[in-house]
Amino acid sequence: MFAQFYDKIYLSLIYADRWKQLFKGLGVTAEITLGALCVGIILGVLICLMKISGKKPLQWIADIYLTVIRGTPMVVQLLIMWYFVLVAMDNKVLAAIIAFGINSGAYVAEIIRGGILAVDYGQTEAGRSLGLNYVQNMRYIVLPQAFKNALPPLGNELITLFKETAIVGYIALKDLTRAADTIRSATYSPVALFTAALLYLLVVLILTRLLAMFERRLRASDKR
Amino acid sequence: MINVENLCKTFGKLQVLNGVTEHIHKGEQVVVIGPSGSGKSTFLRCLNLLETPTSGRIFIEGEEITDPHHDINRLRQKMGMVFQQFNLFPHYSVLGNIMLAPVKLKKMKAKEAEELAMSLLAKVGLTDKANVYPAQLSGGQKQRVAIARALAMGPDIMLFDEPTSALDPEMVGEVLKVMADLASDGMTMVLVTHEMGFAREVAQRVLFMDEGKILEQGTPEALFNHPQCQRAIDFLERVRESK
Repeated sequence: MFAQFYDKIYLSLIYADRWKQLFKGLGVTAEITLGALCVGIILGVLICLMKISGKKPLQWIADIYLTVIRGTPMVVQLLIMWYFVLVAMDNKVLAAIIAFGINSGAYVAEIIRGGILAVDYGQTEAGRSLGLNYVQNMRYIVLPQAFKNALPPLGNELITLFKETAIVGYIALKDLTRAADTIRSATYSPVALFTAALLYLLVVLILTRLLAMFERRLRASDKR
Repeated sequence: MINVENLCKTFGKLQVLNGVTEHIHKGEQVVVIGPSGSGKSTFLRCLNLLETPTSGRIFIEGEEITDPHHDINRLRQKMGMVFQQFNLFPHYSVLGNIMLAPVKLKKMKAKEAEELAMSLLAKVGLTDKANVYPAQLSGGQKQRVAIARALAMGPDIMLFDEPTSALDPEMVGEVLKVMADLASDGMTMVLVTHEMGFAREVAQRVLFMDEGKILEQGTPEALFNHPQCQRAIDFLERVRESK
């Protein structure tokens, strides 16, 4: 029985260097996640600032964006992006980064907005009373504190994003999930899929740890 | 120096300021007293446009700041403000709090700003706290840092909005001392407070406000000992009873 089990592992992971396909897939997953995270944070902050700007047209744009992105499935957004919006693009990874970045931006915007609303209004009054203008006050006083407030939900968003990229197989990108599934269909064995699950879990555990460390460092100034 | 003409402010249907006209001279220390809800804090906050007046005009050093084309940020650099709740920036050290405005707004070099900050900390007696974060300070220390921060831009006018109201009683003295020093340096000060003793010692003029108007004003001596209008008499009596 042990020999049988070993055979399955051998076939799924070692034969023809299949483990390399899994790690290559994980690389693609990581690339999309990190890229989308950057796009998402920049876009999220912009949309959030538009939403709290008090200027009606900007608020409308932000609201439409938030409603559409949060109201439709990510898979559909990805397919529309790849087959109709970015038809001229031949870089699938970049297309996925853009699609996931735009999607994540909507969630980040609301997370940052929550973080900003949690900053005491007295901070803004103090900043403005010193002569800082709106932008300077946001940049030096409000946003640094808002980010600190927003860090736990932002970490959640990162983890969600990382796992959600598993659908890029829909546009034939060979990420970790797709690589594992390809091996599954070649071997009729669940080993590769279980290995993929384990790898996702491992990365999530590492991310959780890193975020906790980062959060502790940011909270250094709160010590009494 | 500060000229206020018929200032009115409403929040929704609530008329908070109801035609305030006042002139405050350079080097004068003016204390505003009155029952809560009388509009004294709103009056103070209108002076640097933290509240936008509904109507009326305010002139600071001859410039009309209520003119919509006026650059309010430039004006605020000349007016320091100290808040009841301190409002120190928790993500900057004490030094960082004081240096922020000179470095970002006056483009002062970091080294120069640090020297300035240290000299201001010496003035408020907190040089040993330069590198700690606000969360590690007591209320009185926080408020002294807040005063140093407001002074860092070299303001011509200092506004104080109940600066000792959120402090434990034993910490009020240290903050009042810093403010008394400032007054003796000739700083133009407008102070909303409940510290009648301090008002008596430091102020040149006391304004009594109620229902959004200045009902009575005079030297501390005159206003505290011989108030004329009934509301001021009642208010001062209540304050004395509670002591």
